[in-house]
Amino acid sequence: MDVLSSLGDGFAIALTAENLFLALVGCFLGTLMGALPGLGPANGVAIMIPIAFSLGLGPTPSLILLTSIYYGAMYGGRISSILLNIPGDEPAMMTCLDGYPMAQQGRAGEALTLSGIASFVGAFFATCGLVLLAPQLVKIALLFGPAEYFVLFTLAFATLGGITATNQAKSAFAAAFGLGIAMIGSDSQTGSQRFTFDHIHLYDGIDFLIAIVGLFALSEVFIFLEKHKSGEIGKTGAKVGKLLPDWKMVRRCIPTMGRGTIIGFISGVLPGAGASLGSFLAYSLEKQAVDRKGETFGEGDPRGVAAPEAGNNAASGGALVPMLALGVPGSGTTAVLLAVLLQLNITPGPLLFQKNPDVVWGLIAALFIGNFMLLIMNIPLVGLFTRVLLVPTRILMPVVAMISFVGIYSITGSTFDVMLMVGFGVLGWVLRKLTVPLVPVILGILLGNEMEVNLRRALTISDGDWSILVGSPLAIILWVIAIIGFTLPIFLGRRMRRRMEANRSG
Amino acid sequence: MIRFARISALALAATLISGSLAVAEDFKVESPQCIAPSNPGGGWDFICRTTAKYLFDLDIIEDTMQVTNMSGGGGGVAFAHVTKERNEDNNLIVAASMSTSARIAQGIYKGASKEDVHWLATFGAEYGAIAVPKDSPFNNLGEMMGAIKMNPRSVGIAGGSSVGSYDHIKPMLIARAAGMEDVTKLKYVSYSGGGEAMTGLLSNSVEALSGDFSEMLGFLESGDIRIIAILGPERLKSHPDIPTAKEQGYDVVGANWRGLYMPAGASDKAKAFWKDAIMKMTEDEGFQKDLEAAAMATFNNFGDDMDDFVEGSIKDITKLSKEIGILK
Repeated sequence: MDVLSSLGDGFAIALTAENLFLALVGCFLGTLMGALPGLGPANGVAIMIPIAFSLGLGPTPSLILLTSIYYGAMYGGRISSILLNIPGDEPAMMTCLDGYPMAQQGRAGEALTLSGIASFVGAFFATCGLVLLAPQLVKIALLFGPAEYFVLFTLAFATLGGITATNQAKSAFAAAFGLGIAMIGSDSQTGSQRFTFDHIHLYDGIDFLIAIVGLFALSEVFIFLEKHKSGEIGKTGAKVGKLLPDWKMVRRCIPTMGRGTIIGFISGVLPGAGASLGSFLAYSLEKQAVDRKGETFGEGDPRGVAAPEAGNNAASGGALVPMLALGVPGSGTTAVLLAVLLQLNITPGPLLFQKNPDVVWGLIAALFIGNFMLLIMNIPLVGLFTRVLLVPTRILMPVVAMISFVGIYSITGSTFDVMLMVGFGVLGWVLRKLTVPLVPVILGILLGNEMEVNLRRALTISDGDWSILVGSPLAIILWVIAIIGFTLPIFLGRRMRRRMEANRSG
Repeated sequence: MIRFARISALALAATLISGSLAVAEDFKVESPQCIAPSNPGGGWDFICRTTAKYLFDLDIIEDTMQVTNMSGGGGGVAFAHVTKERNEDNNLIVAASMSTSARIAQGIYKGASKEDVHWLATFGAEYGAIAVPKDSPFNNLGEMMGAIKMNPRSVGIAGGSSVGSYDHIKPMLIARAAGMEDVTKLKYVSYSGGGEAMTGLLSNSVEALSGDFSEMLGFLESGDIRIIAILGPERLKSHPDIPTAKEQGYDVVGANWRGLYMPAGASDKAKAFWKDAIMKMTEDEGFQKDLEAAAMATFNNFGDDMDDFVEGSIKDITKLSKEIGILK
């Protein structure tokens, strides 16, 4: 009851005309920023900070504006994934896998609506979790030492085989390639340079945003150029089809959303993991749960859209737990929000809930309000978004290229990074020609450093004793899941092949 | 010849006059910018955003100051950007701290020296501290150093930055003061950021934490950790119950200053303007309250003082790094 009355106070703070207006503006801008490739939630929030301050907003209104942008961007990322096969931000990468095939089948409207609902479910329940469980959840986060984090990342790579059905060897190559790229830059443990060739722009490694925009967006443009020349391209993109999914489809996705929410939320709570891991695990584990034979996932299965969207939005709520309760940002965006809090003279940490209850509960109430607003805003806008598909590709692709260039330059302010993005575009084109999946490359870049650093930290702590990696019950449980996730597709694949052969001969 | 000399003298005089006229004109800031050489959320980002807020609120600048994040090379990318591309920019300031001078000293910014930029000011500093979990067997620095001297690998010390960084140097200095011969034997576990290092301590992955006091404040108040030593010259006024390392017999002071630099080629007027601006900011009561809330001490250096201070700081770290064996 204590929680409810606090939340009631929070709503009293958040439900003023000014705050509601800010939430609306934030949700709208956030969705827009999320949908644009390159501009993700972290940059979106960072861009709005000076605006929030120059408007002279108080702590609570500023936070309401910025968290609305955060949630909005998490919603918006899916739009370009589904419509253009270009993830608007990194957690939306997994939504491409089934969202884009759905759009090509003329089910873009359904995919958008369904993913909007899944986003809402994920974010809503994650916010509830934040309200009810924040103090307890911190304890979960503290169960994870360096060894456990290493096993968690191993788990992610072990389940990679499951998501890209075509050729396991190519997935493995792609993941190794991504890990290789992650090794570029200053070694965070010793400060020594690796593969930087004394080039100062490489000292901090390669920003995964540059890799994502290059590999996904620019390679799409290159493929268009290639096809355009040979006259393979049609006048317009895909068909629009109906806008709303039928109730049967939504109902079939409810358990999917539930599982995605739980997995995403837990990943979000772990400071080292974050939304990308949440959406990835939600997708790959969902696939193993409902589509072991690999028949529908990747071909436009609605559940393949619902799972990662529920996962990444739940993770964005979960990521607020370590930020508020420990002052440890679990993602780029929460790092920015943390800076905002510090600037407002609010020190996140174990005492935040006691010291600044008005801010915390106002923020949480704002999250609920923003969430409903986003749902209400997103469903009617589906019709508008799908119009993008009616834009002729010859106009759409130059726009995509332009947004990519402007986006990357505005974030990094460096022409070197822009050239690097072009390099990744060419690379993405080559990899696509070789039918090497792109998701493992990004996963390698995203998780490679954390995985390595945690392994080395664990070994420093244990003085080089490798048994620390199986030194806790949690680590052993994670190993078991990883091994099952790795071997199951192999055995199932073999059995399936046998069955198919039997069918053929029979 | 004579005529030519006269003409050139005239020309020289003319340039001098026009030059002095230009100087005489008041310097006016146009679209000011502060570069934070880190991602949003870090300490440097905080410096820029706080400075931007106060300079605007106090009407020192008319336009809002744009804060640009330029991460890379531990600040090296921003340093190179300023010296190579923006050397004459009058409207640019850059966030700096102890890490900046430490990295210049250790040669991490390739080919950079102190003279490449104009050191503007420091406006605060915070002292380092050593923390242990609440149920740690160590009650004071002496007990911890005793255990380390018995077996250096038995005590893992977490820090929020890489090997050889200031977070690492601080415990090495204490170990040296304790009479340990090879201080590089210390078990230092590097985390990415003070917050992460704190989770390492709270999850009992390590036995101790070396960091800045402000990062530990919340956890000290909640009772999750104990601070066994503060690396200041005397006890903090706000926390008089925490003993200094010095009074426990280890004469080590570790202060992490916060400040700003700007392009070396900026006009003298601009340099003077920014110096005054930061000075006015430090005189503001609200700013001092902010510092206090962030557990930072007042620590002001301007103009020549600042230059001397940075020079001394770089010299100290070079000397230390050589003694400890990080720098050859």
